[in-house]
Amino acid sequence: MRLCPNFAGLAVALVLIATAADARAQDATEKELERYRQMLKEDPWSNPGMLDADRGEALWKEKRGPKAASLEKCDLGKGPGKVEGAFAELPRYFGDVDGVMDLESRIVWCMETLQGFDRKEILKRPYSKANQSGTELEALATYVASKSRGLKFAPPLEHAKEKEALAMGEALFFRRQGPMDFACATCHADAGRRIRLQSLPFLGKPEEARQVVGEWPAYRVSQGTVMTMQHRIADCYWQMRLPLIDYGSDVTVALTLYLVNQAKGGEITAPTIKR
Amino acid sequence: MKRLVSLAVSVALVAVGAYLLLRGQSAASIDTAIKSSWASAAPDWRARLVQDETQKSCSQHRNAPPKAVADAIIAREKATIQYPADGKLMGDWKNGEKLAQSGYGGRFTDYPPRAENGGNCYACHQMDGKELSFGTLGPSLREYGKIRKYTEAEVKLVYERIYNPQATIPCGNMPRLGAAKFLTIEQIKDLVAFVMSPESPVNK
Repeated sequence: MRLCPNFAGLAVALVLIATAADARAQDATEKELERYRQMLKEDPWSNPGMLDADRGEALWKEKRGPKAASLEKCDLGKGPGKVEGAFAELPRYFGDVDGVMDLESRIVWCMETLQGFDRKEILKRPYSKANQSGTELEALATYVASKSRGLKFAPPLEHAKEKEALAMGEALFFRRQGPMDFACATCHADAGRRIRLQSLPFLGKPEEARQVVGEWPAYRVSQGTVMTMQHRIADCYWQMRLPLIDYGSDVTVALTLYLVNQAKGGEITAPTIKR
Repeated sequence: MKRLVSLAVSVALVAVGAYLLLRGQSAASIDTAIKSSWASAAPDWRARLVQDETQKSCSQHRNAPPKAVADAIIAREKATIQYPADGKLMGDWKNGEKLAQSGYGGRFTDYPPRAENGGNCYACHQMDGKELSFGTLGPSLREYGKIRKYTEAEVKLVYERIYNPQATIPCGNMPRLGAAKFLTIEQIKDLVAFVMSPESPVNK
């Protein structure tokens, strides 16, 4: 219940933004969010995203699926069952699939192979919509990411396929396409830019990437739910007027690796809160 | 000394060759990755991922094309510009203002269409001084027409800059709204009026 006063402040700020598209209101929201973020640093358990992490932990440990198995033997790169610190070293190469996977594609793979779930079923609803409760994938990803809080991104980047994925991610970042000619770089390759009043991180610059990449999965106050990196990238492509990209695809994994490498050395603060 | 120079030249050539080879390879692997990454999208939607020559050039050169490439883009994009049949380049600035505000259109959640496509100018540009919710990806257009004395030549340039900005600034960030058929000629005329009409709040 101690969440309530914080939410009231945020709600007021958000209403301001909804009723008047006004620079001062945006400022007020940002200030309120900053105050809230500071509070969360002091007391991480008042972060609503941690509820998803908690739910994810329960799901991780529960025997589920046709094989009635938990995910506790899932190898996230640091050996079966090792969750602590795994997120900081993803995406990475996995010998069992002979390919590079990010956190989310690896979770799907573990649900398929260890628990016997059908991939199509798992991916029926990977993302929650506004005011829905988070999906299982969101909860699981938030849980694993939260177990790297305070660590710094350190993708291994040793295997040839990891290097190839990184080069591809970088090229994809600059690839222009679609009816509007947009690339990731259209919005994220310069400092101090905005869309309307929304500030845009300069992801081509490591200093800025380090500040934001580790925030995902993030709890979005405007949506009342957690958003993962897969969802974040899918949403960018939607905005770029492109079709819905497949969950855990080669493109999203390569872009995630590019972003994580840009943010190398940046602290993981997920799940943080976002507007 | 000569030997040193020729050695340096051969090393440089090999490096350039290896770089070009890598670029070629990565272009092929990107196409493969794109096909597999949007496998569940409908074919007409997947077509949006196929690049035209200008998109290819701008991606390859990361929006900083060398002169020859830039010239080729300008020539190709200039040829796409269609002008209004009656020769009038300015329409209704009030409708232009609505179009400048609207970001509707083109996203997969915008189908079937519930409104006309918008120009979404405010996402990137400052225009009417009273509108404080403007982006900064593009330059401010405050008093754009007034500063340019509303000349006919400037009106034509604005029409062309909206219809196909790449005909003027190769590999610039702005969408080719007319050439891509995202906006109609009538809509572009209204936007030109919003920018160039002395009555428009852009110039107040």
